[in-house]
Amino acid sequence: MTPTLSIHNLTVDIPTRHGTLRPVQDVSYDIAQGEILGVVGESGAGKSMAGNAVIGLLNPPAHIASGEIHLNGTRIDHLQGDDMRRLRGKHIGMVFQDPLTSLNPLLKIGDQLTETMLAHLDISQSDARKRAIAALEEVGIPGAAQRVDSYPHQFSGGMRQRVVIALALCAEPSLIIADEPTTALDVSVQAQIIALLKRLCRDRGTAVMLITHDMGVIAEAADRVAVMYAGQLAELGPVRDVLTVPLHPYTDGLMGSTPLASRGKARLHQIPGAMPRLDTLPDGCAFHPRCPRAQADCTRNPGPTLADAQGRAACFHPLLREDVA
Amino acid sequence: MLAYIIQRIGQSALVLLIVGLVAFSMFRFVGDPIDNMLGQERTQEDIDRLRGQLGLDQPFVMQYVKFLGGAVQGNFGVSYRQGRPVSEILLERAPATLELAAVSGFLAISIGIGLGVFTAIRRNGITANVIMSASLIGVSLPTFLIGILLIYLFSVELGWLPSFGRGETVKIGNWSTGFLTETGLKALILPSITLGLYQMTLIMRLVRSEMLEVLRQDYIRFARARGLRERAVNFRHALKNTLVPVITVTGLQLGSIIAFAIITETVFQWPGVGLLFINAIQFVDIPVMAAYLMLISVMFVGINLIVDLLYFAIDPRLRVDRTGGH
Ligand SMILES: Nc1ncnc2c1ncn2[C@@H]1O[C@H](COP(=O)(O)OP(=O)(O)O)[C@@H](O)[C@H]1O
Ligand code: SF4
Ligand SMILES: [Mg+2]
Repeated sequence: MTPTLSIHNLTVDIPTRHGTLRPVQDVSYDIAQGEILGVVGESGAGKSMAGNAVIGLLNPPAHIASGEIHLNGTRIDHLQGDDMRRLRGKHIGMVFQDPLTSLNPLLKIGDQLTETMLAHLDISQSDARKRAIAALEEVGIPGAAQRVDSYPHQFSGGMRQRVVIALALCAEPSLIIADEPTTALDVSVQAQIIALLKRLCRDRGTAVMLITHDMGVIAEAADRVAVMYAGQLAELGPVRDVLTVPLHPYTDGLMGSTPLASRGKARLHQIPGAMPRLDTLPDGCAFHPRCPRAQADCTRNPGPTLADAQGRAACFHPLLREDVA
Repeated sequence: MLAYIIQRIGQSALVLLIVGLVAFSMFRFVGDPIDNMLGQERTQEDIDRLRGQLGLDQPFVMQYVKFLGGAVQGNFGVSYRQGRPVSEILLERAPATLELAAVSGFLAISIGIGLGVFTAIRRNGITANVIMSASLIGVSLPTFLIGILLIYLFSVELGWLPSFGRGETVKIGNWSTGFLTETGLKALILPSITLGLYQMTLIMRLVRSEMLEVLRQDYIRFARARGLRERAVNFRHALKNTLVPVITVTGLQLGSIIAFAIITETVFQWPGVGLLFINAIQFVDIPVMAAYLMLISVMFVGINLIVDLLYFAIDPRLRVDRTGGH
């Protein structure tokens, strides 16, 4: 079956006065219908950039330099202006990190819902309003019929993120990009929001790109995981495999030395050193200055690709399954 | 909400009292009106009699209290120069100033907001940059110079528009309007541009910078991510949020349009209250000057009050009656 989203060798460039930066480099992955792909990596790894490239919201001068993006089999990376606009919301929904700033403070949430539906669906104003109330009920807003006329400031952070999710889903897109949807929320409501997102997308068969810092979220919600480092894919595979038996030393480092049983319940482990800046990427494997397994050949160009470790990890010297098990 | 309004009205009244006091005491230094009112052959007796009539022999505080007492009833005394009630003279002159200010204000707000939005949306376009550069002229040239330049170009050189006066006016009740005659409308063009240009450029630059700021916000990004049309993003989402901070400045600018009308009215010999005030200064016509200053402060304070209330109307976050819980 055609995957909902298929990214092939995606590269994003930012031309600057001091040369071109490459925040996303040669990234490829698919997300199937109803599947949740977790995207993890330290801050600045290029996770958001890749998501923004897919929905066509890269801030100039950042742009897609090469590669292809297919949505339900149709190529979308070259779409411009109104063609791309029609895709957003209708076929690709997006949830941002901070629900406090995602909603227009001067418009009732009902109006923000109906304007989104009316932009994409051929329905009447009154139908849109009925659907808006239904959408709020679905994301668990109590008293939706009354709250539809409330303003964003009248909701708590968790409730606002529910509204944001309702907005992202209201035109029934086939793909949702959720960029750190729980990072700005109270710990107590994070799990609820993830559970909600997971349930809604399972029910509708929506594919999800779930960008997060939180290994716990990945373990809880994702089917597969993509680990990003310095704009590249470090490891890509089913959550079960990657979290329990990581092949890439970076993934292993992220998981830390926590015992297997509790792995995946912790936030990203601190790895000594820092991710290189985009203007000073090292030769060969970008991770080699911090890698405990680095050997002489790790600095050779071109660096490792997923093909170097069973199609799963971009590493010349992956951890052996025996090492971990 | 009601308590807030009452509190604001109280504050406004206090401001007016103070302005009145300052203005009133300043006039004592302007000169002695008696000099102008009596001819050369005056006796000390004449002077004392007139002082008594005008109440100028009373203590300063008494004069002020009397003035205020009259003012709240719309009675500003009798003009020293014209010998008629000031309120009557003001009512006669007010329509000219108010019509001029209204047209200037309308031009300043509509063109200012329009161009501000345009230059923000097309921030890299050539037209937008030309407008931005041209707007520097509007903020840097003094009003009288703009007026003189316009007169030179459109009245003297091209002969299209009149350089002074209101043209023909039509009386509707007590209100004489220049809106209903061709000469009246033509006469409005140059003065209203002169008076409104500074405010227009100021509003335009303010709208532009606020709108650029708003366009960077997350909710604008989210509106785009929801696939809303550019028009909806720019006007429904961005413009509305832009206007919240713009309202205050615009309100103050409208107040200053009426105040600055003095200069424009002088340049164009526009028969409004500003010109009346200038003439009153020359004659030390204290009742007229005091009434004018009070009128201007009432307008400033009133506009401020309206601006505050507009905030409530436009920004739901300020309304106290939060219907929903948290
Ligand atoms: N306008 C820009 N100019 C230069 N570098 C940028 C710009 N925007 C983002 N970057 C860089 O792009 C990289 C990827 O950013 P991002 O995708 O936001 O990371 P993540 O979401 O994984 O934290 C970062 O290293 C960031 O510094
Ligand atoms: S390629 Fe070398 S440096 Fe890079 S992760 Fe693998 S072992 Fe470490
Ligand atoms: Mg990010």
